[in-house]
Amino acid sequence: MSDHEDDHDHSHDHGAPVSPIVQRVRALEAILIEKGYIEEAALDAIIDTYQTKVGPRNGARVVAKAWSDPAYLERLRADATKAIAELGYGGRQGEHMMIVENTPERHNLVVCTLCSCYPWSVLGLPPVWYKSAPYRAKAVLDPRGVLADFGIVLPEKTAIRVWDSTAELRYLVVPMRPEGTEGWSEEKLAALVTRESMIGTSQPLRPGDTA
Amino acid sequence: MMGFGAVRPEADEPIFHAPWETRALALTLACGALGEWTIDTSRHVRESIHPVRYLSYSYYEIWIEALTTLLDRQGLVSAAEMSAGRSLDAARQTRRPRLAGGDVAAVLARGGPCDREVATAALFTPGETVRTRTINPTGHTRLPRYARGKTGVVERVHGGFVFPDSSAHDGGEAPQRVYTIVFTGRELWGEEADPDLTVALDCWESYLERP
Repeated sequence: MSDHEDDHDHSHDHGAPVSPIVQRVRALEAILIEKGYIEEAALDAIIDTYQTKVGPRNGARVVAKAWSDPAYLERLRADATKAIAELGYGGRQGEHMMIVENTPERHNLVVCTLCSCYPWSVLGLPPVWYKSAPYRAKAVLDPRGVLADFGIVLPEKTAIRVWDSTAELRYLVVPMRPEGTEGWSEEKLAALVTRESMIGTSQPLRPGDTA
Repeated sequence: MMGFGAVRPEADEPIFHAPWETRALALTLACGALGEWTIDTSRHVRESIHPVRYLSYSYYEIWIEALTTLLDRQGLVSAAEMSAGRSLDAARQTRRPRLAGGDVAAVLARGGPCDREVATAALFTPGETVRTRTINPTGHTRLPRYARGKTGVVERVHGGFVFPDSSAHDGGEAPQRVYTIVFTGRELWGEEADPDLTVALDCWESYLERP
């Protein structure tokens, strides 16, 4: 039994039954290891990757660089996968990247109505709301309503483009650079770029906003 | 479908809501590395879960149910073994060897690129008006119901990609060119839709026809 991966939920008292899904997952893991189809070191490495190494801070750096470096933005437009790889990001569920840029005339929103396709390599694992029925149903039907659910109201003149990730192309929204950030370093800019702003359900933070 | 209500994001959502979810992710990816099914097959198995269960499950419950089904179908872990909670039959050789801990980083970095050469020239060109076919396959497809029989404009012509409708059912990769097609909100939802809304979908060539 692994001692560092906590598949024993300490918040339960020891008289409480283990939930069916926990039992099922434990059984599956035990059988797969017993049969030699998986090894625990691989499981641990996968978990570590998505807990600590791959997450929205990756995408935030891409956006910050796009804001700071016009030549980089051009490379992102020409071949986003290759330009993102310059920063060391890529691989699973990010093999075929596209950027979509917000402008005063257009706001972009990304969804996967069919399941939960999401650009893992730059944003990490998707949040529960992205994978759930309300978002998957509403994003293509009433994106302004979705933005309102996130507390965002766009100017009337801003049209919305929704991208339904039906194929293996994965979309990264490049939000508009906030005002008052002239001369900021990429690192400082990256701190303004929230995960939701790269999906399209929010805007980036502004100077002086608390995260 | 409609009627799911507002999108309700969780504040400060953790990457995983319980330890079992980390195992569910890791088991799914590690078993996927055995080469016994395509990503398209796994998506089809998930989406084929009975709607009542599908809509009531949490995300990783969907993954575990699908993984269990795939392992049973491939003769790797039987339903009897899942009930018993232990291995009962001998293991067999898998199409690819088990994923080693030391190989995880390289495997995730490589990902699973799906772009493939296609021999023929593109059937449709940017700016051309096309219509999605009215189809209702019993198997896997990536043409959502809301976008069947709808008229849109080719925004972009991509290269060839593995065709999921084939790949999900042991039909081989059968690659086809993919097109980004843009539909107006009114085309999809009627006159009441936001007049400025556009929805882009990535469509394989056989999903499309000339109106």
